[in-house]
Formats: sequence, C-alpha cells, structure tokens
Amino acid sequence: MSKKRPDIKKLEARAVEIREDVLNMLSKAGSGHTGGSLSLVELLLTLYFYEMRHNPDSPEWDKRDKFILSKGHGCPALYAVLADAGYFPREWLWTLRKMGSRLQGHPQKDVSMGIEASTGSLGQGLSIACGLALSARLDSNKAVRTYCLMGDGELQEGQVWEAAMMAVHYKLDNLCAIVDWNKLQIDGWVKDVMSIEPLSKKWKAFGWEVFEADGHNFESIMEAFDKAGGIKGKPAIILAHTIKGKGVSFIENQAGWHGIAPKKDELKRALEELRKG
Amino acid sequence: MKKKMIATRDGFGEGLLELGRKNKKVVVLSADLTESTRASWFKAKYPGRFISCGVAEQNMISAAAGLALGGKIPFACTFGVFAAGRAWNQVSISVCYMNLNVNIAGTHCGISVGPDGATHQALEEITLMRALPNMTVVVPADALEAKKATVEAVKIPGPVYLRLTRCAVPVISKESDKFEIGRAKVIKRGKDLTIIACGNMVFEALSAARGLKKENIDVRVINMHTPKPMDKKAVIKAARETGAIVTCEEHTVYGGLGSAVAEIVSQNCPVPLKMIGIDNQFGQSGSNEELMNFYKLTSEDIKLAVKRLLKKK
Repeated sequence: MSKKRPDIKKLEARAVEIREDVLNMLSKAGSGHTGGSLSLVELLLTLYFYEMRHNPDSPEWDKRDKFILSKGHGCPALYAVLADAGYFPREWLWTLRKMGSRLQGHPQKDVSMGIEASTGSLGQGLSIACGLALSARLDSNKAVRTYCLMGDGELQEGQVWEAAMMAVHYKLDNLCAIVDWNKLQIDGWVKDVMSIEPLSKKWKAFGWEVFEADGHNFESIMEAFDKAGGIKGKPAIILAHTIKGKGVSFIENQAGWHGIAPKKDELKRALEELRKG
Repeated sequence: MKKKMIATRDGFGEGLLELGRKNKKVVVLSADLTESTRASWFKAKYPGRFISCGVAEQNMISAAAGLALGGKIPFACTFGVFAAGRAWNQVSISVCYMNLNVNIAGTHCGISVGPDGATHQALEEITLMRALPNMTVVVPADALEAKKATVEAVKIPGPVYLRLTRCAVPVISKESDKFEIGRAKVIKRGKDLTIIACGNMVFEALSAARGLKKENIDVRVINMHTPKPMDKKAVIKAARETGAIVTCEEHTVYGGLGSAVAEIVSQNCPVPLKMIGIDNQFGQSGSNEELMNFYKLTSEDIKLAVKRLLKKK
C-alpha cells in the first residue's frame, strides 16, 4: 500500500469541525442520533480522506470504492463528512430531517451526493456490500473495494451473520467491514442487553481476518486499513473501539443520548467543550 | 380438449435460460432451492452468473440489491413464503425503497403445493408485495406466460415479484399471444358478469364460464396476470359493461387480487362483487385436488358464486 498519509493534526482539527457540524445539525433538526454519530467521526474521516478511492467531482465514477453506512442512524456524521469532502453544499446540512430535504433521517440512496444505498433498517448493509463486492468480481473490476460500517448493537441482527458467511464463502477480499464498537445501544450496555462477545473470536470463527483499532486514533485506524487491504482470499473486518458520544463529556457513554438531539443550552456547552479540546 | 400441463416454475426456468443467453447482466441467486425453483437450469448453463446463498433469504434479498447497485440484473429465487414472509423488510428497504431492478421469483405458491402443508403454502404474498411502493406483482396463468413474464421483468426498471407454482397447470395461452406486464387479457368475451382471475385460477374461471354458457349465462373472463399495477381501465370497463364481478385467486382474499379489484371498482363504478379465495385460513397437507375442493377453489365453486351474484345485479 502506498497511499499518502494525511497530516494527522489537520485530520484531528477536521474531526472537531465535523463534531460541531453534527451537533449543530442535530440541534437544528430537534431530533436524531447524537451518541452514535459522534462515535464514528474518525472512522469516516479516515475512509474519505485516506482509505477510499473516490471523486466528489464525479460521484458516479465507475472505478470508485463503495461505502455503505449500515448503521444508518449515524448519518449526520456521514452527511457532514460528505459535505466536507465536497459532495454537496454545506448549507444542505441544516436541512437534516426536514420535510423535503435530501438529508433524510436515515440515508436515502443518491449516488450524486455520495450515498450508495438506503440504510437504517439494521443488519442489511453487509449483505448489500456483499452484493456490490460480488458484482465487482463479476466485472473483473479488481480495483474497486467495498466498505461497510456497522454498529455493535446491530451485530445482534441475524442477517449480519448470514452475510458474514456469504463474504467468506465467496472469498470477498475486496470487502472490508468496520464495526463502530461503542459498547452501547438504545436499551443500555450491549453486554447487558444481549452480549455479542466474544466478538473477535466470532468473526474469526466465521473465517474473517480480524483487526482491532482505536477508533478515535487516526494512526491506529490507518494502520488497520493498511493491513486489511493486504488480505487475500477472505474478507477483513476492523473492530474499532469507540466511545459513544465521543468528544462531549456529558454525552459520552450515555445510552440515553442514543436517539436524542442536544437542546440549545446543551449545544452551547457541547460546542464550548469541543473548541477547548 | 386436452391441454398440455406444465408448472409455471418451468416457464420461469426457460425464461431465465433465454435471459442468460441474451443479457450478460442477468445473475441468479438461490436460497438452497435451486432445483425446486428451476434456477438450476440457469446454473447448469451459466454457472459463473449463479450465486448460491444457502438457507438465508434475508441476506439473499439484500445481496441481490447490492448486485443491482453494481449494475447487475438479479433474480432471487426461493419459495413464495420465504421471499415475501421471511425477507419482507429486506424486500421493502433494500429493494423497493431504492427502486432497484431486482426480480424475485417465489415458487410453490398457493395451496396447490399440496402435501408439504401450511408452512410451505404461500397464501399472502400478493398482499405483502402489493403493499410495497415501486413493486410490480405478476402472477402468470400458465408456463408460457411465466416465460414471457420472466423475460419482460428485466425491462421494468424497478422490482418485480413473480408468483409461480409447482403444480402443473394447463397451458391456456399460445406462443404467439402478446404478453405485456400491466395489461389485462380478456380471454373470453361476455356481457352478464366478469370473472377476474390470476394464476392457475384463470383456467378454473375459463372452465366455469364455458360451463355457464350452456346455461345461457354469458360471462367475460379476464386474466389479470398483473395484480399490480392493475389494469384499471379493464376493470372499470368490465364493471360498467357487465355490472357484476367475481374475483378468483389461490390466495387470501385479505388484500389480494380481489381486494385490488374492489379498490378500483368501489371507487369508480360500484357493482356487486364476490371474492373467491382463501378466507382467513392456513393451508394444510393434502393432494392438489383435495385442497382445491376443500378451500372451494374449483370451477364448480366459481359457477355457484356467479349464479348467486347474478341475483344481486
């Protein structure tokens, strides 16, 4: 792999800006998923500014890598990153969840703005990604890779494991899954709601190459992507340890912040905290 | 007059072969029912474009969506019960919401599957699939229509559900007959009443109409091979011109073909209407003939319904 490593300091500054955008968007919308949007910021930035081959000026480029956000509720972060990458004007961000907006509460497929698939009903993204990876293989399109980001609570869906079987059966080494492993879901801690452990062993047992990373550390994420990209003959998955609500102390690790948006005073406090670093 | 007996799934299998030859984009997925759905015929000829999915229908449907996003034209094959029942949310969100050219073949539909019993008799998929925006639902009346419907399905940019049967049904159409998805076929003219049927009930309806002719009852028969989008004009015309309608389906009457006809008739040209179908019941084991008798789906049952309804005209 000879991808150019971006300036980490710049990426870190960008992560702060994306978090600000996410909080502003959600606050304006008055509803949405705060915790699970803040946990995947570094993962998305690494995908769009390091790992993936894509071109915001030509979103339908047939050699582009494909990204599926299976945990569709994390879309505020995806929208902010796509706008930052140049897929659509930043002003669109403030229309999130509003009537008539292209920024639906969960992503709606629109390749022209960088959204490859409609997601939000959990567990379907990895299967869709398998289909895309199979399609690229049928076309002998070796360059194109498919990425699928899932939540950890999402892994309780049986369909995920159906897809996990398929990816290995068809030796989809052009497929890379990522888990935003923030340990929380709507009802509480994943371990209390329905344990998914031993997670790494489960994926290994299904035949995947498994990597773990610190999902808020760019070096760690890039290293995991580099290793995953070199795997042949089977799919790879990156289990990224993250913190739900990352970056804002009173939102971090609070299941209650799964599906609510910050109110005005909360937004003010959150933004102040983010700027202080 | 002895008609050739062929299952509609065989027509589907032949349609797939034709598509395999004509269109390189066509791929076929199967959830461990490859022989049963006749996907096996395609697999034998085009193994590189066949994708075995195992007993995992939800994954199969979403993976088919992914293949369509990648530019392929997939056919996902399994029994109707699993395609519509088990994977309904996948059909809705992965396929219909994105309006993808994913074609879903549900075989072994209706009670005529016979001995397998209730768990394998699909009686609700017209309802379930019809409810989904963007979805087209086709129920071929015979094997020739099934072949044509399969070939036509890829031309529709959005998803198509093909409702197919395992049991052999009489071939009532001709090779030269024109088949257009969404365009009803009047297969017998008549002025006293109209029978609107789909699938293997078209033959039963035709037999009933011919029998009634001997009693001087002049019945029109419409082969409504596309319950969605339904040929509204043909339905309204039938209501206006014949003044009464009997619908026939090997399917629940809750939301199926009969309901679709009633939605149109009641809002445009209300006339007496009777729905023949399965009424709030599960299927069960038995021979094809026994079951059709038990659930009152024979041409004799249709004749009776026609006579009763004519009194309300």
